[in-house]
Amino acid sequence: MPIGAIVAIAGCIAGIIPALHVLVSALPVKHPAGILVDQLSAFFLFIILFVSALCALFAARTEKRPVTWFFFNLLVASMALTVCASDTILFLISWETMSLASFVLVIDGGARKASRDAGWIYFVATHIGTAFIIIMFMGLGAFPGANGGFATVALVCALIGFGTKAGMMPFHVWLPEAHPAAPGFVSALMSGVMIKTGIYGLLRAVTLAGGAPEWFGWLLIVAGLVSGVFGVVYALAQHDLKRLLAYHSVENIGIILLGLGTGFVGLSRGNTALAVLGLAGGLFHVLNHAVFKGLLFLGAGAVHHATGTREMDALGGLIKKMPWTAFTFLVGAVAISGLPPLNGFASEFMIYFGSFGVLRGGDMSLAGIAAVSVAGLALIGGLAAACFAKAFGIVFLGEPRTKQDQARPVTEAPPEAVLAMAVLAASCVLIALLAPLGIHLLAGPVSVVFAGGGIDIAQTKAELARAAGAYTGVAGIFALLLIFTALAALLRHVLLRGRRVEHSAVTWDCGYHLPSPRMQYTASSFAQPLVSFFRTVTGTLRAYERPTGYFPGLSRFSTRTGDLAWDKFFAPVFSAAAAQLGRLRFLQQGGIHLYVFMIMLALVALLIRVFW
Amino acid sequence: MKLELAGTIDVLIAFLLAPLLPGIINRVKAVCGGRRGQPLLQCYHDVIKLLKKGAVYSRTTSHVLRAGAVIAPAAMVAALLLLPVPGRRAVMSFTGDVVLWAYLLGVARFFTMAAALDTGSSFEGMGASREAFFSALCEPVLLLVLLLMGMHSSGGPVAALVAVALIIVLLSENSRIPFDDPNTHLELTMIHEVMVLDHGGPDFGFITYAAALKLWMYGMLFSAAAVLPVFRPEGWLPQTGVFLASMVVFAVIVGMVESLMARLRLTRVPQAILAGGALCVLAIAFALR
Repeated sequence: MPIGAIVAIAGCIAGIIPALHVLVSALPVKHPAGILVDQLSAFFLFIILFVSALCALFAARTEKRPVTWFFFNLLVASMALTVCASDTILFLISWETMSLASFVLVIDGGARKASRDAGWIYFVATHIGTAFIIIMFMGLGAFPGANGGFATVALVCALIGFGTKAGMMPFHVWLPEAHPAAPGFVSALMSGVMIKTGIYGLLRAVTLAGGAPEWFGWLLIVAGLVSGVFGVVYALAQHDLKRLLAYHSVENIGIILLGLGTGFVGLSRGNTALAVLGLAGGLFHVLNHAVFKGLLFLGAGAVHHATGTREMDALGGLIKKMPWTAFTFLVGAVAISGLPPLNGFASEFMIYFGSFGVLRGGDMSLAGIAAVSVAGLALIGGLAAACFAKAFGIVFLGEPRTKQDQARPVTEAPPEAVLAMAVLAASCVLIALLAPLGIHLLAGPVSVVFAGGGIDIAQTKAELARAAGAYTGVAGIFALLLIFTALAALLRHVLLRGRRVEHSAVTWDCGYHLPSPRMQYTASSFAQPLVSFFRTVTGTLRAYERPTGYFPGLSRFSTRTGDLAWDKFFAPVFSAAAAQLGRLRFLQQGGIHLYVFMIMLALVALLIRVFW
Repeated sequence: MKLELAGTIDVLIAFLLAPLLPGIINRVKAVCGGRRGQPLLQCYHDVIKLLKKGAVYSRTTSHVLRAGAVIAPAAMVAALLLLPVPGRRAVMSFTGDVVLWAYLLGVARFFTMAAALDTGSSFEGMGASREAFFSALCEPVLLLVLLLMGMHSSGGPVAALVAVALIIVLLSENSRIPFDDPNTHLELTMIHEVMVLDHGGPDFGFITYAAALKLWMYGMLFSAAAVLPVFRPEGWLPQTGVFLASMVVFAVIVGMVESLMARLRLTRVPQAILAGGALCVLAIAFALR
């Protein structure tokens, strides 16, 4: 095992214990060097360390480059420092280290042009985000406790800056480029964990700004719905497995923002239940998304490693070659679709629970927000289930869609990788079943955000305790679902005992003979009805050469889905900026003496400014 | 969370009577079409016969196909525990239980789609694709219907709008005309039936029975939406009587719709579902007034 992996795993395990201690005991840890680990930090710290350890374990056998391990460890450490920093400068330094370390991991050695381009987009996007974050800190620092105009500007800057890191639409454009380019275990880390530091930063910015006004809550709800619905619509249109997963990160950030938004609106409307359950649901989804998205990206990495391709339409039938990867991927797919009996449902249920509780309480002024979040979550859930039926079904089921390379047989991932995926899959089940016992732990992080907002920790705990009652029912049904499934399987086993069971028939082909694997449904054809329904958003381009003549030659069909935010906003803005900034090229002549001269001019100007 | 053990009787009633609903629907269709029709108990005969058979599996399939056939009925039984007969309590009830109910149906659907893709057949892939499309659009409409049904404050117009939206959703979700036609002889035009083409023997028996339970549960929702706004029956016997009568009415309505309507063109289906969503939005506007 490479030393980098050992260090990463050991470090993560060593860090998880104090993080859990802070979360459970509610005693913050402070250090004069600008470190403060309160319960919100500890919550994110736990997620970072838990998933990072498993990502390191996953790659322990396959990743051998020391450089990759160095930057992997740097990324984990800087993420941990980011959520522990209580000092602005320290926060910005660790934030920047995190961005640079992940940039190096995205370009993946820099040998492939696709990776370099993706890294470049990521580099630019993350620095635009950082620029907004610096503006926000300057605004809040210069006018502490300011309200009105300055607070508005600071909060909008926070949303853009941290939203860029989180992958919120329309600032998500780097995400579907960068995540597929990186190696599997790095994309799992980035998509499962790193983008959550954006959510963390957003929550801290709100507490720094002295709470969120109601319009900010609504802004988060709108941003959440846009990210959630369009994220999953774009995901449906993808052919590349990792790109599909990257768009699902946009979708899940949308669900998280929806939860936070309903929480902030509930807070300013004085509805404690909606406030606590919205925010707690969002935070719970941060944890759950880290677990199942980490799992899915590791699975996609294993598939890519084994087959050499991420094109779903070239894959198929992998469940026979890679049964463990397939099973754990299926668990992740059910979890991310928000379906019982797994953790994805558990966190979405908390947001539903808040909305249904509002109406049962008879507060009709909030019925609109309840209806919006319920309908939005349901649509996102339905589309996500469609998308993962496609992703799992096309990649792992059926027959291989292309000829197998005989020289390079597809085999199961190494045992370390399987162990990492199995732990994450087991976590998906355990979090869901243990939710009634565990959700009171969310009271700590929630009360850190709501400190000074008029909701104290006792009220938070009371609301979560009421939710725990419903969660007992949910977990009970989850357990019963598993038991009933086992009973039905047993019944079938008993029924079929001693009867004739044929295992080697061919699939019923409706009377056509000799079906070939190429006749199977593909990812593109599966998603076609949904994609064409949403074509105004996705702008999917189709290229089709029909077979013509009496002896038709080859025909061709392909679809390409761009990204509206990129095609219609960022690409024009950037090319315009490049054209305008090109006028400054005359300054860049390439002569060192000229640059030294310019630096000197600047120094002289500054000196004059200081001593005047 | 509240437990109501007396509710298990309603679950047993569902187990016993669910396969009767397709029988009534088919009889109504037959009478409307001037035929005598299949026996009322045909679905029972089908399930029992299938459970007595052996099994044939395609060599393309994996455990996913077999899992789909056992998860579908298991999810339906779990979901049954959450639905009350109008005027009574379900076996388990808590705030937001209807959300879990809707998502349990989602689990069954997800695994049925996965089982369809497991066969590698392009027909079944097509069915799964359409099922994914329509159900994704139905999901928000269904949740809004459930939200509105839980609001109670609703008066006449709200209840009527909700009932119509519910009928649209349940016809689509139970693969009935005008959304899906289980009786065509062309695999190309079917949705639910084509997804289960490769299921046989006990597996197909499970799937058929699960579909009957699903129809029964939507009937329970219809009964709640139609009966509760008008009156709230008291006492076990009147409740059961009103409930079973409303279930027969429900089956007759579905049968009449099937007899009087043609199947919608596939491109029209999303519009019909969205119309249900529009009705829900209208109902919310009425309820907030």
